[in-house]
Amino acid sequence: MRKVKGYAGRILRVDLSTGAIKTEPLTEEVAKKYIGGIGLGMYLWVKNSEPGVDPFSPENPLICATGPLSGTFAPTGGNGHAFVARSPESYAIGEAKAHGFFGAEMKRAGYDAIIIEGKAERPTYIWIDDDTVQLMNAEHLWGKTPVETEEAIRKELGDYYIRVACIGPAGERLVRVAGIMNDRSRWAGRCGLGAVMGSKNLKAIAVRGTKDVEVAHPEELEEFVKVLKERAMGPASTKYRTYGTLMNFVAYTKLQTIPTHNFGRTYVEGMEKWSDYINERFVVRIIGCYSCPMRCHHVCVVPEGPYKGATARLEYEPTWALSANCGVNRLDATVRAIELCDHYGLDGISTGVIISFVMDCYEHGYLTKEDLDGIEARFGNHEAMLELVRKIGERDGIGDILAEGVKRAAEILAEKKGIPEIKNLACHFKGVEMTGYDIRSLKTAALGYMVSFRGACHNRHGAYGPDIAGKVDRFKAEKGRGKVVADIEDLYTLIDSFMVCKFSRRIYVEEGGFGDFAKLYTYVTGIKVTAEDMRTTGARINVLARVINVREGFSRKDDYPYWKAMNVPVPEDGPAKGCVLTKEECDLLLDDYYAVRGYNKDGIPLPETLKKLGLDEFIPIVEARLKG
Amino acid sequence: MVSVPLSRAFVVADPERCVGCGLCELVCSWEKEGVFNPLKSRIRIVRIKDIVNLSLTCRTCEDPPCVAACPRDALTQSEQTGLIMVDEDKCNGCGWCIEACPFGAITLHPEKRVVIVCDTCLDRREKGLPPACVEWCPEEALELTTKDVLAQKARISATMKLFIEAGKVIPI
Repeated sequence: MRKVKGYAGRILRVDLSTGAIKTEPLTEEVAKKYIGGIGLGMYLWVKNSEPGVDPFSPENPLICATGPLSGTFAPTGGNGHAFVARSPESYAIGEAKAHGFFGAEMKRAGYDAIIIEGKAERPTYIWIDDDTVQLMNAEHLWGKTPVETEEAIRKELGDYYIRVACIGPAGERLVRVAGIMNDRSRWAGRCGLGAVMGSKNLKAIAVRGTKDVEVAHPEELEEFVKVLKERAMGPASTKYRTYGTLMNFVAYTKLQTIPTHNFGRTYVEGMEKWSDYINERFVVRIIGCYSCPMRCHHVCVVPEGPYKGATARLEYEPTWALSANCGVNRLDATVRAIELCDHYGLDGISTGVIISFVMDCYEHGYLTKEDLDGIEARFGNHEAMLELVRKIGERDGIGDILAEGVKRAAEILAEKKGIPEIKNLACHFKGVEMTGYDIRSLKTAALGYMVSFRGACHNRHGAYGPDIAGKVDRFKAEKGRGKVVADIEDLYTLIDSFMVCKFSRRIYVEEGGFGDFAKLYTYVTGIKVTAEDMRTTGARINVLARVINVREGFSRKDDYPYWKAMNVPVPEDGPAKGCVLTKEECDLLLDDYYAVRGYNKDGIPLPETLKKLGLDEFIPIVEARLKG
Repeated sequence: MVSVPLSRAFVVADPERCVGCGLCELVCSWEKEGVFNPLKSRIRIVRIKDIVNLSLTCRTCEDPPCVAACPRDALTQSEQTGLIMVDEDKCNGCGWCIEACPFGAITLHPEKRVVIVCDTCLDRREKGLPPACVEWCPEEALELTTKDVLAQKARISATMKLFIEAGKVIPI
């Protein structure tokens, strides 16, 4: 079979139960239809799993996939990888991506994707040294933090350039909000895939690759990459190279689009000054991922006080979750909290939202100090916040319940205390904790969150963009938003399949960005594609994800927002005062979106929709649901 | 005693600017070999604990230890350019020079099994172009320079620092 340029052309299959290690070819057809990253990952997942598979069972394969650009010098394209499995949080399809150096190394080792099946008998790590793949004992690494694990593996294998993706103690303990770390501080954080890895007794994947990455049209690629690089170093990425995503605090506070106090309020004292404060006080260096001409990675160190020396990478989302959303305005404690999340291997966003939920319950009197092992979980109590991070990471005391994720924890606590209202305070979509945008006054974003296939996620749709930019009336739900959301979804899904970084999204401009992706794909692989092909591919991958969720029992009923968004109006004075999301608005938005996507009223994709997108092989899945 | 020609240039990375992105590695292997592979790059990055980043390549030492270490006389230094030249017929990849270089600037080519060293993209320079890595570095951290210029810069910055610290106003 002809190997497609850009791709390594091989998929690695590792069965941890039997120790069997095989490679399979990546066919040109699959490569072209699903590109790589989450697209390829989800396709491989659905083809290698049975309906209803438990996320923690050995039969839930964990897929790791790179993209066609991995290992090349295309801006940010060289460095990412995606993990895909059924999520132990949502029980829907789970995907999480990270950038850094790991993805490019995996490509150079000669693999576009790794399918990890089964469960190892004892703690294990996979060591991929080009064509030699071994299962190594990881008993001595069990309990180590991700950074310790990475260093220990490099030391014992005696190679500095080995790249490692691994879990921390939280993933080992099956904490449902555990992530997978690579390159010291980069995280595939969401959807609890670190716990899936832990359930397989898999501590780490270590990789060293020495092979060439070749492209089909070198001259064209070089010229085009020069153009993209110029864009990446210009205004399109200024935000990420300077303030970083932390800029959101100064930009969004006045708009009241930053939720605080567990999505109840929209302000914490001094919040509008945090962008400057963090950059001036904590940021010691801004570094970049492999081959990226932008730099976004703000390394923060606390210079003095009780948390002196705490070091973490600060981005808006985890920073918000572990400060404003807990009512905390001591940012040195936030740096420490994120450092602790890195230490245990926790998703900082989800962990923050679980803690804000606990604080909300405490303020309402639903949970007491006695319920919380003596912690006074008032909003704003930074010491309580840090103690709760520790408890979740170690599954200690109340942390054992909280480690189940906000949805399950609320159900358990409501039952235990006999207070059903506790469930109202859990803010999530499909069981995945909500992120830092207030959808009560961002109605396009609200739809984006509702239909996001991996649960609460701003990065599946970016629909806060048109809301905040004023391209649409953010306070109003109306027909037409379905198309707005679907269009950005198609682009974002393509971005996550090419495995370029979302921070670079503004450098892809031609034909809504699809034109530039078509060029990149054509130059790298030699497979000629058009902007329209790319748009269809984005849609195909989105609908495939929906089909997978339909297979797992999801439908319209699972697309509605959390209780607080629909019942607690924005209390403070300002442009968003009184905003809330009504059931009628949600129905209008969902109907509109389903129609645009070619789904029925219940949110099930229609067979003709699948046919149009080349997803014919999955028609039986939707037909079974349409009949039932 | 022949004096050192001022034209002896080599590539240096500014530690204040280099962020360890490794684009130079990819560009180097691309320029020299037409593929992407850091193992075929003449410049390599080091990142230690995120915040320590530096790109390293041949510094064209005077009395270079790599040349002295080679048991087969495969390495020579050009008197004019200062660059290390590898006689691929003589080199058998023993790695003495790799061990001798204090900067790790010499690498074994994974397929040819002979060593490779930075030549500052001499062919590009003859056409008036900068070395590929210098052209592509997004941080402008890489520079083709000479030891004389490095010394000039060091003197100037030391002087500036002295006067700024002394509280003197500098009219620039």
